Amino acid sequence: MENKTPCPVIEISNLSFTYGCHPVLKDVNLTIMPGEAVGITGPNGAGKTTLIKLILGQLQPQSGSVGIFGFPATDHGWRRWLSYVPQRATHFNQGFPATVLEVVLSGRASRRGLFRGYGPEDHAAVTAALENMEIEHLRKVPVSSLSGGQQQRVFIARALAAGPDLLIMDEPTVGLDRSANLKFYSILKRINRDTKLTMILVSHDQEGISGLITRQVCLNLHLCTCNSWEAAPGGLPAVNCAGLLSLRS
Amino acid sequence: MELFDYGFMRTAFAAGLVVGVVCPLVGLFVTLRRLSMIADALSHVCLAGVVAGLLAGAQPVLTASLFSVSGALLIEGLRVKYRTYSELAIAIILSAGVAGGAILLSLGSGLNANFMSYLFGSIVTVGSSDLYYILLAGGLILALVRLFYKELFLISFDEEGARLAGLPVTAISVGFTALTALTIAISIRVVGILLVSSLMVLPVAAALRLAGSFRGALLLSVLAGEAAVVAGLFASFYLNLIPGGAIIMASVAILILSLACRPIQSSRQSISS
Repeated sequence: MENKTPCPVIEISNLSFTYGCHPVLKDVNLTIMPGEAVGITGPNGAGKTTLIKLILGQLQPQSGSVGIFGFPATDHGWRRWLSYVPQRATHFNQGFPATVLEVVLSGRASRRGLFRGYGPEDHAAVTAALENMEIEHLRKVPVSSLSGGQQQRVFIARALAAGPDLLIMDEPTVGLDRSANLKFYSILKRINRDTKLTMILVSHDQEGISGLITRQVCLNLHLCTCNSWEAAPGGLPAVNCAGLLSLRS
Repeated sequence: MELFDYGFMRTAFAAGLVVGVVCPLVGLFVTLRRLSMIADALSHVCLAGVVAGLLAGAQPVLTASLFSVSGALLIEGLRVKYRTYSELAIAIILSAGVAGGAILLSLGSGLNANFMSYLFGSIVTVGSSDLYYILLAGGLILALVRLFYKELFLISFDEEGARLAGLPVTAISVGFTALTALTIAISIRVVGILLVSSLMVLPVAAALRLAGSFRGALLLSVLAGEAAVVAGLFASFYLNLIPGGAIIMASVAILILSLACRPIQSSRQSISS
């Protein structure tokens, strides 16, 4: 049984991080609520990737704290509620023999657990993800024969198939042409609107993401929020939350 | 058929058919994870294992398995020590295997004739106890690959993503290297120590030219492996050739045929979004 409640998806307070003597993040505070699509922008070296690594628990905060679904980020108890699409997702081995279906299905692996094969619910989740990303007609096509934009949508579909409560994407449109970009953003916009999936998008493309995101935060050592966020009408969508862990069966 | 009148040929075919499945099957994951050098190193460790078995009067395929799996675990351990030069681990174990084999070989005189059959394979010397062991280990390998199919796919395709998703990537990697070692050890009776890694790679190389899906690559690899084993064993019987050489030459022929076919990349249609 999944108990869901509106609680902050991400709660970062007074976070600082330095590499050697180079401060990268200083006193960063950021709360992300369910249903938001937050764009994180900033110049090169502004600490965007560091912030993501801290959220993913790959780095330890030196001061302050990073909470994700109510867990400390380094706890990894949040893992199954989060999907992450790294910057170089489409830099996979282009000679790898796999169809779109096979790749997207592999997003279900951690859901299924060890020793168990994929079942009907996995295939249903994959079909839904493919339809969401508008690549259902490509399901039997080898991934290596797709365009860069289509491959990126395959990787997002793989992330969606896991059924996350939070989707983090690092520079998802690098290397895509303009029309592929627009298509990509409009698909994500629809998913955020229809399913209230919380999204964090790290991007250089300030103009491109402006149509998609509900809030932009820019990072340059400190954090500034460029437009304020208001609760969506009808209240907050519910997400998994560690605060209710004791109620889980 | 005449050749099946001979008991030793039936045994050789049974062992060969198992080897023809497990070598390309495991080889596909090995190749996609860019670890084909590990297969080479582990087959050389089998050299020491076989000689040790012959000297001790034990079943050489069993001792080869033991040596090979230990070598696999040592490689995985050394890869952690040489994080940025992980291929050094492979070179170290390969050298140790060959050197150990050479020393053991010089200790035991009179092994040479029997020993040769392990270098390039043999159809007349596959005993029934060999066959039972090959069937058992082959079944185990098939079952484990089936059980961990989705994890092996994910680790081959996106190791970093697998790690982030919480999969026990290190444990599965080490286990898989050990499985590779076992595959090699049970195959040396038929194809020989020096050629076993070819049977893991050549059918896969042919399949990768033609396959458009992972399942397809898997089936084509196994099909190519089985075809090479059957053709090789026939040639070995009728032309009196060393089976390892005949099987690998057949694999090379299949690979050349696949190269002549239209590759999947150039047959891509323009797919509309």
